[in-house]
Amino acid sequence: MEKFITHIHPPKGVSLGLRELWQYRELFYFFTWRDIKVKYKQTYLGIIWALLQPLGMMLIFTFLFSKTWPINTGTIQYPVFVLSGLILWNLINSAVSHAGESMIQNANIINKIYFPRLIIPGSSVLVALFDFLMGFVIFIILCFFYQQNIHFSAIWFFPAGIIVTIIAAFGAGSFLAALNVKYRDFRYTIPFMLQVLFFGSQIIYPLQSIQQTWLKYVLAVNPVNTALEFFRAPLSSAKVDTAVVGIGLVSTFLLLLTGIYFFRKTEAYFADLA
Amino acid sequence: MKPAIEIRNLGKEYKLAPSQPYVALRDILSNGAKNLFKARKEKEKFWALQDINLDIQPGERVGIIGRNGAGKSTLLKIISRITPPTTGSAIIRGRVGSLLEVGTGFHPELTGRENIYLNGSILGLKKAEINKQLDAIIDFSGVEKFIDTPLKHYSSGMQLRLAFSVAAHLEPEILLIDEVLAVGDAEFQKKCIGKMEEVSKSHGRTIMFVSHNLDSLRKFCSTTILLNGGRLIEKGNTEKMISLYVSKHLETNAEMYWEQGIESYNKEVVLYKTWLHDENGVIRSIYDTTEKLGISMDYQVMKDNVPFTHGINVYNQEQVNIFNSHDVTTGNTDRQKKKGRYTATVWIPGNLLPEGIFNISVAIFLPNPLDVLIHEQNKLSFEMHTDYSKLSARGTYSDDFPGVIRPLLNWELIKND
Repeated sequence: MEKFITHIHPPKGVSLGLRELWQYRELFYFFTWRDIKVKYKQTYLGIIWALLQPLGMMLIFTFLFSKTWPINTGTIQYPVFVLSGLILWNLINSAVSHAGESMIQNANIINKIYFPRLIIPGSSVLVALFDFLMGFVIFIILCFFYQQNIHFSAIWFFPAGIIVTIIAAFGAGSFLAALNVKYRDFRYTIPFMLQVLFFGSQIIYPLQSIQQTWLKYVLAVNPVNTALEFFRAPLSSAKVDTAVVGIGLVSTFLLLLTGIYFFRKTEAYFADLA
Repeated sequence: MKPAIEIRNLGKEYKLAPSQPYVALRDILSNGAKNLFKARKEKEKFWALQDINLDIQPGERVGIIGRNGAGKSTLLKIISRITPPTTGSAIIRGRVGSLLEVGTGFHPELTGRENIYLNGSILGLKKAEINKQLDAIIDFSGVEKFIDTPLKHYSSGMQLRLAFSVAAHLEPEILLIDEVLAVGDAEFQKKCIGKMEEVSKSHGRTIMFVSHNLDSLRKFCSTTILLNGGRLIEKGNTEKMISLYVSKHLETNAEMYWEQGIESYNKEVVLYKTWLHDENGVIRSIYDTTEKLGISMDYQVMKDNVPFTHGINVYNQEQVNIFNSHDVTTGNTDRQKKKGRYTATVWIPGNLLPEGIFNISVAIFLPNPLDVLIHEQNKLSFEMHTDYSKLSARGTYSDDFPGVIRPLLNWELIKND
């Protein structure tokens, strides 16, 4: 019995609380499982939709840019290039927007029971990852269809790209989730910010096509660019731009730390606000 | 042995926000300019809980009573770590399970079985523990047939039974319960309390139990603490605390008890209790305007074939007698009552009364000729408020809306061209 001792006191200091998060890993699993299950129970077309949407976008962009306004994507064919960008973009887009809303959507549970609150935005990110994995399968099929060469280094470059995306999404998502609880109308700005981020990411154009070096390095702060730099490395003969990746990795981890710090700092009062 | 719960100087301060608890960014931005030139106005604050010192021994079952706003739920919320205290500290020795609501996290799209896993896991059960208890939980709930049907097809009673079954199978060392046992049908409630009692006695489980239902406190708790205005008044024997509460502190009158009963002048009828409750039988004194409100009387008929009927008077806060009701349903068909204990209930429908405080008088009487056996005046009172998430006669209109009653009426619209 002496094993479980809980000390309750007014909040002071901020820790990441990773050990507690680990203790609650099963709840983490169940929240993710619930969201995936509910999502696909409600729409039988859900899975197909998750696949059709990026494919449709890919066709539009391919039509636009390969015929009318060609973009040089090196050894990667444009449809493969743009689909790789779109599936990673969908991952961060849906992870950030769902994580941002998640605390408000789960307010009734937050008001009634204690658990490490980070589980909530965290599981939103995992749900987005689940959708991504299906898109990823389509992407691989497309690569075969276009006879795109995939270098064996994909074994670490693909996961690296995905991990950078997830870390960035989790950082930004938990930051926005906490902000949303405090300032309820903040949510309306999220879609707009994501829209801006879309054009600041090398999804439909390669970062290397930007002439101004300074602009390239400013855009490198955006973690999506680093993620795509990794993700496309095994598809292209061009080398990974280490400067871009270096800047991106630093900003990704700063984003993660800021997000978690802000979330942990405000989480004690979520139940009073929500 | 060290206490299971050790509370020292615990206090919780809330900032009073006039309308909404959260802040809108637009307000901050638009007020920002004004505030630059104005001195910062301090928000009003109040202490929901203050200077609480309390030791609870392992295996102790402690009830918490007090008026609405006495700090009962705040205390449970702090101990279950949902909200942090402003001052003081608490040490909890043992795994804590808190039941501030039954069926927390239930999702209508998931099946009964899936919801057991979800809810169990939210309440702190490990997956392996749920696997082990699954059959027992399903069996206990009595909804085996529908266990693989989505929850949205369950009746509210079935949902409650399922939720209770999960709750009854929790086995933490310390269990915090808020009011929840008061919901659901009486028989199933009894079954749950029985099960919890069994577990708590054999495993020495420590329990803190908030309730407005004094009967279940009597049954369940050996000691009780009395809170008033955020302060701990006394901890002691449950019987003693209940009588202290009823005699000194009960001002919201969702419930009225008479230990010896109120005897009619002819000694034929004795009234023991009268109370206000919602559709689920939960005793409370605050309702939203769309809710149905029940008024019950518990009385004893002392000899066979006594004729009488029931009645109520309803007054608003200006002391206007809005309406009365005489029992012409059970009173007419079965006027001659046999000896025994009865509970009479009358329902005031939702969407009838506006916001405000109302007083209720209850009566047992003979109409023709009028012969009043018992008439307890203004013994119960309740408050009505608007819940904007529900469809009431207000809709989304939040300004002044006068009128003695507030029915929700049907409107028709015909296009004439």
